[in-house]
Amino acid sequence: MIAEIGLAALWLAAALAALQLVAGAAALRGGEGAASPLALYARPAAVVQALLASLAFAMLLYAFAVTDLSIKLVATNSHSMKPFIYKLTGTWGNHEGSMLLWVTVLAVSGGLLAAFERRLPERTLGATLAVQGFVALGFYAFLLLSSNPFERLPVPAAEGSGLNPLLQDIGLAFHPPTLYAGYVGLSVAFSLAMGALLTRAVGPAFARVMRPWVLGAWVLLTLGITAGSYWAYYELGWGGWWFWDPVENASLMPWLAATALLHSVSVLAARDALRTWTIMLGVLAFSMSMLGTFLVRSGVLTSVHAFAVDPERGAFILGLLALYIGGAFAIFALRAGAVAEGKRFAALSREGALVFNNVMLSAILGIVLLGTLYPLLTEAFDVRVSVGPPYFNPASAIFAVPMLLVMAVGPLLRWRADRPERIQFEVMLVAALIIGVIAAVSFFGSFPFLPLLGLGLAAGLGVAAFLPLRGRRLARVPVATWGMVLAHFGVAVALFGMASEGAFTKERLAAVAPGGSVEVGDFAVTLERVVPVAGPNWTAIEARLAVRQGDGAPVILTPQARNFWSPPQSTSESALLTRWNGQLYAVIGNQAADGRWQLRLWWKPFVTFIWYGGMLIALGGVLAIAGRVRVDLKRRMARRQGAARRADLEALAGAPVPAE
Amino acid sequence: MARRLALWVPLGLFAFFAGLAAYMLTQDKDQFVESAMIGQPLPDFALQPAFAGLPGLARADLVGGKPRLLNIWASWCLPCIAEAPQLEALKARGVEIVGIAIRDRPEDVAAFLARHGNPYSRIGADPISEVQLAIGSSGVPETFVIDAKGVIRYQHIGDIRPEHVPLLLKELEKAK
Repeated sequence: MIAEIGLAALWLAAALAALQLVAGAAALRGGEGAASPLALYARPAAVVQALLASLAFAMLLYAFAVTDLSIKLVATNSHSMKPFIYKLTGTWGNHEGSMLLWVTVLAVSGGLLAAFERRLPERTLGATLAVQGFVALGFYAFLLLSSNPFERLPVPAAEGSGLNPLLQDIGLAFHPPTLYAGYVGLSVAFSLAMGALLTRAVGPAFARVMRPWVLGAWVLLTLGITAGSYWAYYELGWGGWWFWDPVENASLMPWLAATALLHSVSVLAARDALRTWTIMLGVLAFSMSMLGTFLVRSGVLTSVHAFAVDPERGAFILGLLALYIGGAFAIFALRAGAVAEGKRFAALSREGALVFNNVMLSAILGIVLLGTLYPLLTEAFDVRVSVGPPYFNPASAIFAVPMLLVMAVGPLLRWRADRPERIQFEVMLVAALIIGVIAAVSFFGSFPFLPLLGLGLAAGLGVAAFLPLRGRRLARVPVATWGMVLAHFGVAVALFGMASEGAFTKERLAAVAPGGSVEVGDFAVTLERVVPVAGPNWTAIEARLAVRQGDGAPVILTPQARNFWSPPQSTSESALLTRWNGQLYAVIGNQAADGRWQLRLWWKPFVTFIWYGGMLIALGGVLAIAGRVRVDLKRRMARRQGAARRADLEALAGAPVPAE
Repeated sequence: MARRLALWVPLGLFAFFAGLAAYMLTQDKDQFVESAMIGQPLPDFALQPAFAGLPGLARADLVGGKPRLLNIWASWCLPCIAEAPQLEALKARGVEIVGIAIRDRPEDVAAFLARHGNPYSRIGADPISEVQLAIGSSGVPETFVIDAKGVIRYQHIGDIRPEHVPLLLKELEKAK
């Protein structure tokens, strides 16, 4: 019964998405004055669709919670003996369930927009909901026609086949939904951009509506990328924190586009400039989300992160991609020429700095996109290549370094036009910091160029992030400004972690006999013994390492080399020792012929700052949302009070009082 | 006019990508990378016996006489059970098959052979996949054709299905 309710809810939701599309389109055609009667249905359709999609998802969640083995998806992905929390997270740990989660988040976002958004002209909102319905419809079709999550088995299975402890990882359980929610938040930005473009309503009002969605999506993407990077760091056992792997790039590209969009939408909201550019970025950010989903799910690129790939599903997603993004770019090409140019500004102004930041971010996006798709291109000519850090690092640094420099001083500039003399002191201070740190560090040793530059920039940026607060009463600084300060400081912190890891990492690869010692950094590592250990579906060789720092008490680390037998696979379980100023990273390798064991040890100073920085950036985003929403609510309240007062005055005077 | 044209650029770039991706989706993707060791002589190795019943395996055992099959397997590997009848069939056709048991225990090896038949003349134990990696194999089961000079001539990835038996016989013939 449960599965049937879920399936029925899904079909009804799909039908309502179609109604939402038609009604929204009617609102668009209706023009300003005479609203088409159909147009009335757009908002209710979106709200009810959100409820139905949530119902369908709740049904699937329930089926997983009670392990209903008559449902194929549950039987293939769950098991009655699984811990309860992993039964629940198993709902989206597979293709069908994750697509259902995707459309549910999409429908709920559309529903929220329809229920609470009153600032936009009705036509623009109608067009936005129509686009949202159109996007949702494609995903409903995908679910219902090719990946039905509620399919029943002819005979219920006796037991599920999804007891893979490899997938029972709390990080793995919450990482995909975070990224998904981020992707879907960008779909709202996309729909709003298309709605505004279709109704020629690209302006500050539209930007203010779009901003919280972009911010929210961006926060989730930031958290998702940060968590994903840490996962790859400790799980892959290679000691690196970013591998420029296609799947990682698939999450980085929407983030880059969203970061650019975030800044350009702020310019549009505050100054009514960058109209076309904001629309373009809105389309681009969602394109990158769709592209990410396509690359991950279709398997056209080879990645270290294995997914259940299926070319047929890949073809479906590519079809949707062509329809939405191709369509959006076509409308953009036809309509963007008609969008009036926004307000002008001088090159040296806050807008100018933001445009520069946008262009640099887009350039980095282009670099990453090219590097990610290049193997696809060459493979079409039967040449297999792999593009890695030697391309990505310097090529993105070319644009990242100027961007970071401008980022240090941009927030200090005034809107519209500014004089260089006004920020002379700040520029000197930042420049002195950057040069001073680079000089000081190179005095102590010779380090690679990029990490050295990164250290200098991190120092300059870390101080510059707080300069916008100079001379202001801190209690009166808007919450959103605190958000910006914190996010920019987070960039400096993350950059410091990356640069420090690049410049100061100490690596030791040694063959050690049990009882022997190695030194790395100021740690002495003793290999006490190597013991075989066994888990539920793996056997492993575990090294017991006693780590001493100075004269301190030893800490035991136990890196393992694990062998799974179903599916047969070997993994390195690294062991980490975290100190405030870095991490010791230990991996055990093979046994050499003479009985000694290969140990790989890294001392990575301040490497944890990479992820602290990521979290600070996300926290800054949260503050910015809170600040913006509070201001909006206040404004709404003031307007309501104003209207009430006017009504009172009218009643007293017996004549209409003009609105201010 | 230039601005008008510029607005079409994103669509053009996207169309190019979509076309390329669509083309690549229709292409068969060869997930296996063939060993770079094909045509190379076997590296030097000497493995202990995998269990008490058969001698171990060294490079010298694969040189001289006629071409042999080198089967990389393990008692914990399910596809290896599936391919056991095909190995028997190859043995019945007069092929000499030597094995390398990957990350295995002697009692498991003996139990596996007692249950699924023993087509091997020698089995070496490779407890840490050392030889497996050295000859360019990345999984179990895999089967190599080694010619009389000890040169790797052919690599079969995955279990041997009935339709692969004639193919392997042909490769053995070619290696003569």
